[in-house]
Amino acid sequence: MRYVLNRLGFFVLSLWAAITINFILPRMMPGNPADAMFAKFQGRLTPAALDAMKKAYGIGQSTLWQQYIDYLHGLFTFNWGLSFMQYPTPVSDMIQGSLPWTIGLVGISTLLSVFIGTALGVYISWNRKGFLDNTLPVVSMIFQAMPYFWIALLFVFVFGFKLGWFPMAHGYDPSVTPGFNATYINSILYHSFLPAITLLLGSLSGWIIGMRNNMMYTLGEDYVSFAEAKGVKTSRLMFSYAARNAILPQLTSFAIAIGNVVSGSILTEQVFSYPGIGNQLTSAVQSQDYPMIQASFLLIAVAVLVANLIVDLLYSRLDPRIRTGGTV
Amino acid sequence: MEEKQPVLELENVSVAYDSEAGMVQAVNNVSLKVYENTIVGLIGESGSGKSTLGNTIMHLMKNNAVLTSCTIKVMGQDIYRLNKKDLRKFRWSQMSMVFQSAMNALNPVLTIEDQILDVFFSHDKNISRKEANRRAVELMDIVSIDSVHLKSYPHELSGGMRQRIVIAIAIALDPKLVIMDEPTTALDVVVQRSILDKIKEIQKVKKFAILFISHDFSLVTELASKVAIMYAGRFIEITDSHSLSQSERHHPYTQGLIKAIPHLTSEDVTIEGIPGNPPNLVELPSGCAYHPRCPHAFDLCMRERPETRLVENREIECHLYETVEK
Repeated sequence: MRYVLNRLGFFVLSLWAAITINFILPRMMPGNPADAMFAKFQGRLTPAALDAMKKAYGIGQSTLWQQYIDYLHGLFTFNWGLSFMQYPTPVSDMIQGSLPWTIGLVGISTLLSVFIGTALGVYISWNRKGFLDNTLPVVSMIFQAMPYFWIALLFVFVFGFKLGWFPMAHGYDPSVTPGFNATYINSILYHSFLPAITLLLGSLSGWIIGMRNNMMYTLGEDYVSFAEAKGVKTSRLMFSYAARNAILPQLTSFAIAIGNVVSGSILTEQVFSYPGIGNQLTSAVQSQDYPMIQASFLLIAVAVLVANLIVDLLYSRLDPRIRTGGTV
Repeated sequence: MEEKQPVLELENVSVAYDSEAGMVQAVNNVSLKVYENTIVGLIGESGSGKSTLGNTIMHLMKNNAVLTSCTIKVMGQDIYRLNKKDLRKFRWSQMSMVFQSAMNALNPVLTIEDQILDVFFSHDKNISRKEANRRAVELMDIVSIDSVHLKSYPHELSGGMRQRIVIAIAIALDPKLVIMDEPTTALDVVVQRSILDKIKEIQKVKKFAILFISHDFSLVTELASKVAIMYAGRFIEITDSHSLSQSERHHPYTQGLIKAIPHLTSEDVTIEGIPGNPPNLVELPSGCAYHPRCPHAFDLCMRERPETRLVENREIECHLYETVEK
């Protein structure tokens, strides 16, 4: 219990730090959002409008401290500012529209990759020197070694353009009415298949090889030999004795991978023109949409922190040594 | 005693490791009988093949070890003729092993209870949870550990407690033979003593046979009734342990070991070591493997390997005693 509180405290502290840095960084940049907006409209905005906008953003009239308080207040009331790109849509609305797509595609692909990769790693280490053990790590490594955008483009070109098996863009077919119905869900799955496969291929090898190596190490441990000698059945030996210990280092990589879901989506969503947050962030950067950029960065930071918290708690469930703070 | 069926019977056992330098003979043509209710010691330097032999008897060979020739019988059953399933059942119910490293023999993520119960559930499908639990508590009692520690994880226990748990697991199914591969090596001297006393105490009650593998000469001579001394994969001498304290005729290597024991009570405090190092198993010396270090070596030792002979009830492999027997 003390461990959990400890982790929670750490989480709150780092969350505060992330939020604050996110506040300070844009204010250290030269210029201000109103000027950028003014420049964007290239003289079609009157000075009065500029002044009004400055007031709306609170530029030049409140102290930094007041801005910080307003920022924090806005943050927790989901008042994240208005997008420049699609002025005056609130940033929170835009994120609400894009984040589920990213979590659905990249999040689920990452989870699948972790589960499939880890399971394959356990299997091939158990059947060491077997056919799969000789081929799988090498084949999967080839995919991971290729630049991701290249594989993604290749897949779009071959399966989307040449063969026409899968759509080349979008999250769903525009002719389908969104809603909780089979055609819509089918359309989503159909559109996400290609990007999901490329994500899977690009990350699977790390999980397979990581788990295989951990297993090799664990299988050489005395407690595995001892358990084998005392007659423990193969399945229990494989999971409760070997894999149960070998999976612990994988959790750390898992935390990093989950934290990368939001930021890692940028490339995928670009190539597949997917309506997720990565795509949105790219266009926000291109059009200097500061509120949007700021919100996206904050989301990335929060994603990493939340992932770390989850894995820390998971760790304490899986490894009794961490729970009691004991040593090996 | 000699008419009884031995608990463990080794006949010309040879084990080799398949390495890049070719087959490396780790255990070379050893024979031994261990009878019920006896403790037999197996002494040797590091790399003499004693642990390899222990693992071979358990059919737990690792690292490309190959049994080249042999019969290993436990309770009259040739264990290398058992199929995988029968072997899994046979192991632990008839013979068990206490591993060298107490620190690593227990799974860090399972409770002691889970790891003890695993033995019962693996060997008897029909055993009830309650009955298994009762026996687990009983085992903890035998090794003098409070049964509240059944709920503990290995890292919460001291090294000595962990080793006692390992012993408890080893005797869980009342095996006829327990192989102990340096069971006290990782522990400090005081804990070592309490573990040994515990082993003796349990052995007296349960009457199983022990093959006690160690490099600690004085410890083995105290514990065991019969001692096999291993050098470069061979048993160079098999003798009663009480004869080892007297200056009787032994293999020169055994004599060297006896001289290396410090005697606290005697006035003479000089301790003699054996010069040189254990031989490289890849390039064994010709003839008797011990001849480069032997103070009594003569030219025959370099040319020919000595046969085993009986010298006053001791089996010794040495040219020195050839004329004695005739």
